[in-house]
Amino acid sequence: MHAIAEHIQAKFPNGFVKADEWRGDLAITVTREALHDVCQFLREDPAMDCDYMVHVSSVDWPDEDERFEVVYEVQSIRKRHRVRIKARVPEHDCIVDSMVDLWKGAEFMEREVFDMMGIRFANHPDLRRILMPDDYPEGYPLRKDFPLQGKGWRDTFDFLDDPA
Amino acid sequence: MAHRMEDQRETIYKVDPEHPETESLPTLRTEELLLNMGPQHPSTHGVLKVILELEGERIVKSTPVMGYLHRGVEKLAEAGTYHQFIPHTDRLDYVCAMYNNFAYCRAVEKLMDMTIPDRAEYLRTIVAEIQRIIGHLFWLGTQALDIGAMTVFFYTFRDREILLDWFDELCGARLTTSWYRIGGVERDFNDSLIKKVRDFLDYFPPKIDEYVVFLDKNRIWLARTVGVATISAEDALSFGLSGPSLRGSGVDYDLRKYEQYGAYPKCEFSIPVGKNGDTYDRYWIRIEEMRESIKIIQQCMDQMEPGPVMADVPSVTLPPKDRVFKNLESMIQQFKLFSQGFDAPVGEIYCGTEAHKGELGFYIVSTGGGNPYRMKIRSPSFIHMGAFDNMARGYMISDAITIFGTYDIVMGECDR
Repeated sequence: MHAIAEHIQAKFPNGFVKADEWRGDLAITVTREALHDVCQFLREDPAMDCDYMVHVSSVDWPDEDERFEVVYEVQSIRKRHRVRIKARVPEHDCIVDSMVDLWKGAEFMEREVFDMMGIRFANHPDLRRILMPDDYPEGYPLRKDFPLQGKGWRDTFDFLDDPA
Repeated sequence: MAHRMEDQRETIYKVDPEHPETESLPTLRTEELLLNMGPQHPSTHGVLKVILELEGERIVKSTPVMGYLHRGVEKLAEAGTYHQFIPHTDRLDYVCAMYNNFAYCRAVEKLMDMTIPDRAEYLRTIVAEIQRIIGHLFWLGTQALDIGAMTVFFYTFRDREILLDWFDELCGARLTTSWYRIGGVERDFNDSLIKKVRDFLDYFPPKIDEYVVFLDKNRIWLARTVGVATISAEDALSFGLSGPSLRGSGVDYDLRKYEQYGAYPKCEFSIPVGKNGDTYDRYWIRIEEMRESIKIIQQCMDQMEPGPVMADVPSVTLPPKDRVFKNLESMIQQFKLFSQGFDAPVGEIYCGTEAHKGELGFYIVSTGGGNPYRMKIRSPSFIHMGAFDNMARGYMISDAITIFGTYDIVMGECDR
C-alpha cells in the first residue's frame, strides 16, 4: 500500500475504508464521518502538506446502497503528490461536510457538485445552484436517472403526436 | 413629476462624536448600490453576469452568476464513445481548441496506458505551443482592448491570423480544430507547413517586442494593471488558481515541468514566475511565455526525427485515413471504433495538462465498455471565477473588467 494510505489508515483506523492505486493515481475511500478530518489532516500535516485542491467531483452509482460518491482530489505542490479522497453517501441523506474552511476554492467546486448531482454540503457558506438556473425544477442533471434528451419546443404542443 | 416619494430608509451617515464639526454638514444619505454587470457586456468574454455591490464606485462584494453557456458536456460525454468526444472538447475553450484536444487525448491515453511514438509527441508539442501563442495573443489583444488600448489588438490579431491560417492548412479548421487523436495525431506536417513554422519562428520574436513597446511604458496600461487585483500566493493556492494566474503570485507550478508530458522533458525552457501577484505580473508572464514557446517549437523542430505519428494499438487507435477509403477492413474498424468504441479497462484516472489558461484536467471513471461512466472536466476558467470576489473587493467597477481579463476566462469552458 502507498505510504500516504498507510499513514491515513494508521491515523484514522475507523474512518479508513480502502485504498487503490491505479495508473499512478492514489485513491483513498473513507467514511463520510471521517472525510473532513482526513482532509484537514492532509491539509495541515507538514508531511502531507496538500495545499492545492485540484477538483471536487461526484459519481452516481444508482444500483448500490450508498448511491453517491463524492470525490476530492488534493495535491501538494511542494511534496509533489496527489491524493484522491472519496466518500460514499446514501440517497436519502446525501450530505457531507464542506471543505471551504480548508480550501477556499472548494466553494465553487462544491456548488457545482450540488447543482449537478444534488449532494449537499454542511457548513457551506453559499450553497446554491451555479450552472443551472436557480429555480430549475427538474432535478440534478448528472444523475444517471436524468434523461439525456430534454424536452424541446415541439413538446409544448399537444396536437403533435408523441414520437415514441 | 407628480409627487415625490417620502424616503423611508435610514441614513447610514452618522455624526462622529469625536469630530463634532461634522454636525454642521448636511446629512448625506449613503447606501450600497446593486449593479448587474452583464450578461450582455462586451468585456465579459462570453455571457457572464456579475452582481456588484457598490459603495460609490468601489466594489464591496461581487457575485458571479454563471451558466449561460452551459451545454451539459459532461452528460454528453457519458452518452458517446471516447473517440466521439474529441470534437466536443474543442467547444470547451473555443479560442484554444488544440490544447483541449491534447488534454483530453492525454487523459484517455492514461486510462488506456498507451505510449505515443516520439514523432507524434514532438508534433503534439509544437502544435500545443503554437496554440499557446495564439491564446496569449488573443488574451493580450482583448485585455488591452478592454482597458482601452486599441492598437495592440490589431497587431496581435494580425499575427494570430497567420497561425490560424496555418491551422487551417493543418486540419481544415481555424478555431474548432480536431487534429489530435487518441494515440497520436491525425496527420504529419507536410513541407509547406514546416516551412511556414520556420518562417514564423524568425518572424515572431521581434513582433513580441513590438507589442511590449505599446504597453510597457504606457501610463494608462500601467495605472490599470500595476497593483490591480493582487492575490497572495497562499490565497491563489487555496482558491486552486493555475497557469499564469497562479505563477503571477510567485508559485512555480507548471505541469509541463511538473508532469513531464509530451516532448517538454526533451526541451530546455524556463517558467516565468511573477512576484506581486497583480495584473501586470500576469501580463508579463504571458509575454515571457510566448518567448519560451518559440524556444520550445524551435527545439522540437530541430530534434524531430521521421517516424510514425500514431501508436500501433489497432484495438484503440484509428486506422490511417488513406487505408479507410481503400480497404474494407480498415473502414469497418474505423466504424466500430467510432460507434461502439474500444473496451476501456475498469478504473478511474485524473490527468491534468497545462493549457495556456491553467490546469485543464479530465477525471474519467470507466466501468469498462466504450463509453466513460463519468467524466468531470476541471476547467481553469470555472475555478478562477471562484476567486473573483476575493480579487475584486475594494477595486473600482472598471477594474472588474481587468479582472475578468486577467484570468483569461472563456465562458464556453467555464460553463461547459
